[in-house]
Amino acid sequence: MTERIEVRKTWKLYVGGAFVRSESGRTFEVNDATGAFVANAAKASRKDARDAVLAARKGHLAWSAATAYNRGQVLYRVAEMMEGRRAQFVADVRVAEGVDAPSAEQQVDAAIDRMVWYAGWADKLAQVLGTNNPVAGSYFNFTIPAPTGVVAAVAPQHSSLLGLVSVVAPIAVGGNASVVIASAPRPGPAITLTEVLATSDVPAGVVNLLTGDPVEVMPWLAAHADVNALDLTGVDDADLAVALERDAAGTVKRVRRAASTDWEAAPGLGRIRSFLEMKTVWHPMGV
Amino acid sequence: MTFEYAPAPESASIVDIASSYGLFIGGEFVDATSGRSFKSVNPATEEVLADISEAGADDVDRAVRSARTAFESWGSLPGRERAKYLFRIARLVQERARELAVLETIDNGKPIRESRDVDVPLVAAHFFYHAGWADKLEYAGLGRDPRPLGVAAQVIPWNFPLLMLAWKVAPALACGNTVVLKPAETTSLSALAFADICRQAELPAGVVNIVTGAGDTGRLLVEHPGVDKVAFTGSTEVGKAIQRAVAGTGKRLTLELGGKAANIVFDDAPIDEAIEGVVNGIFFNQGHVCCAGSRLLLQESIADEALASLKRRLSTLRLGDPLDKNTDIGAINSLEQLERIRHLAGVGDDEGAERWTADCQLPAKGYWFAPTVFTGVTQAHRIAREEIFGPVLSVLTFRTPDEAVEKANNTPYGLSAGIWTEKGSRILWMADRMRAGVVWANTFNRFDPTSPFGGFKESGFGREGGLHGLAAYLEASDD
Repeated sequence: MTERIEVRKTWKLYVGGAFVRSESGRTFEVNDATGAFVANAAKASRKDARDAVLAARKGHLAWSAATAYNRGQVLYRVAEMMEGRRAQFVADVRVAEGVDAPSAEQQVDAAIDRMVWYAGWADKLAQVLGTNNPVAGSYFNFTIPAPTGVVAAVAPQHSSLLGLVSVVAPIAVGGNASVVIASAPRPGPAITLTEVLATSDVPAGVVNLLTGDPVEVMPWLAAHADVNALDLTGVDDADLAVALERDAAGTVKRVRRAASTDWEAAPGLGRIRSFLEMKTVWHPMGV
Repeated sequence: MTFEYAPAPESASIVDIASSYGLFIGGEFVDATSGRSFKSVNPATEEVLADISEAGADDVDRAVRSARTAFESWGSLPGRERAKYLFRIARLVQERARELAVLETIDNGKPIRESRDVDVPLVAAHFFYHAGWADKLEYAGLGRDPRPLGVAAQVIPWNFPLLMLAWKVAPALACGNTVVLKPAETTSLSALAFADICRQAELPAGVVNIVTGAGDTGRLLVEHPGVDKVAFTGSTEVGKAIQRAVAGTGKRLTLELGGKAANIVFDDAPIDEAIEGVVNGIFFNQGHVCCAGSRLLLQESIADEALASLKRRLSTLRLGDPLDKNTDIGAINSLEQLERIRHLAGVGDDEGAERWTADCQLPAKGYWFAPTVFTGVTQAHRIAREEIFGPVLSVLTFRTPDEAVEKANNTPYGLSAGIWTEKGSRILWMADRMRAGVVWANTFNRFDPTSPFGGFKESGFGREGGLHGLAAYLEASDD
């Protein structure tokens, strides 16, 4: 009997809910931990990044108009779809990170559970982070969180799935849209995550995933006037991080700086807070 | 017949301004090693009030080191003890309220009615509110064990000198930080009076340090490597430069920058009430307010009636001696600012907008600008896009709520917005769509220590006041 030849997948960018090649036509070779060929990933260009911002702005408008209950259900749906592809994610993480099966399974399970945890926050943030303010006067005064808008993020370079989910979910749960650059050497699990996102009722453009070199793409995003915030979590190059933070000042972007993070530890609310604006409303009370 | 107002000046004898001031470092006034100084001028009379030291690099370094030393004990002092110092300060401000109000008016040019009824009472309230937080920080929503950041460098503007000091110093101290504060160069005097309040409160030496000077001093302070946190209120241009300078240092940063707020009046709003709010929105404090309602958006069907009402009301505003208790519009804070306002108003003329100015006599000495309204303004005009920071209102019109939202949000700024309508559901619908940090519905320019203040987009980030303001001065333990 002849051995069946595997059908390979073409790895693409995920922009505006569609799977697209880089407009530049460029790819880069992705290898597994042993150095063997895995795939040619699309190498995102400046134009791809700009297209992604355009898509993200549209996605943000739809996503932030959705009810918190709806956003929570959609993110939970993402977890459901991840669970269905658990085996595929485990295989991806093993290839990407060169870890054994139990370790990969542990990471995939943690990533799915993290998505569920964040999904549950959608309809609680306004209660936990909002306030009613007892001003000294006859006014009703309250403060509620609102999404910052479009966030450009660099996913962790090492933790290819758990780290990625831990960056994407807190941005999305508050109503933001993101342009995320996947781990440059380990983009495999991110590619599978885009297939999950495409089938989870996440509106087009809410999460846009690019593969490529953050050194090449991020400066365009850091200087882009329609990007409201940067998440530099996955920027390992200190010089690049400083340059991006400096560029962000051009339009007063909010910046979450790179920091070493234990992805297996339970997260707090910090990542969610980083991408929320507090809006305070005053109204007189009277007859 | 016309009833003339008799002069009703507040006595200036309650304040005692020294001929010269040093820097307040380590709990005492010291001479600046820079050897340089500058003059503070009363903008209503152009009279020189005092000679003020300009802090140079060595002085700033000394202040930061003093704050660092003080942080070692202040940061670990039990919250309940820090609280009592802040309560003391709140009481001292109340006790010296009239003196502080008069001093502020003399140095800043704002009407005594505002410094007496708005600025100084809010200063006391701000310290009182934050005093109570000092021993309750585990309830601030930042995890169970939030920590102070260390030394805070704080740079504040000239429009609400003592109030901006309170907004910066009170939360910083409540959270266990120590501060080096740089007041604006045209309005140092109330900050220096605050140094005396720190003395009376027996605040430990070095917890509050005040270095006077202009932009160079500010830059030396925010770029000092011994600083853990930078807080700035001022122009977006300088804010961006600070954000750039802080990049890569790991310093925490909050910015409260410029604005170009829309004040939106719908056709069902009670016109007189709305116009009163519009006037307060832009002519309060001579329009030297970052959240000023400097773009008036009138629904087209009521535009003529509203404009007529606006002009009628503006014609009754009294401009002149800021110390007079009947004065509505005081002096422009500096010649430099007056020239900027004149320049931008001139650009409004050049771009084809129609200027209307209230008919009022300007005093011969001092810096003054009569209340001014531009009509026929489009969104492309510079007077509809740039912050003028003066008593100049640009009027635009809209037809539908969607158009109002579109126009209101069509600005890189996002500090505040105003909505005038009798319809509750419309207020909430509009408030939800405003990309602005503070939304005033059927009111404007209200401030309270419990109510968070700060911007979206290029109006900056971080909040001041309320529970959310504490985050600017604490390291969260749930990050």
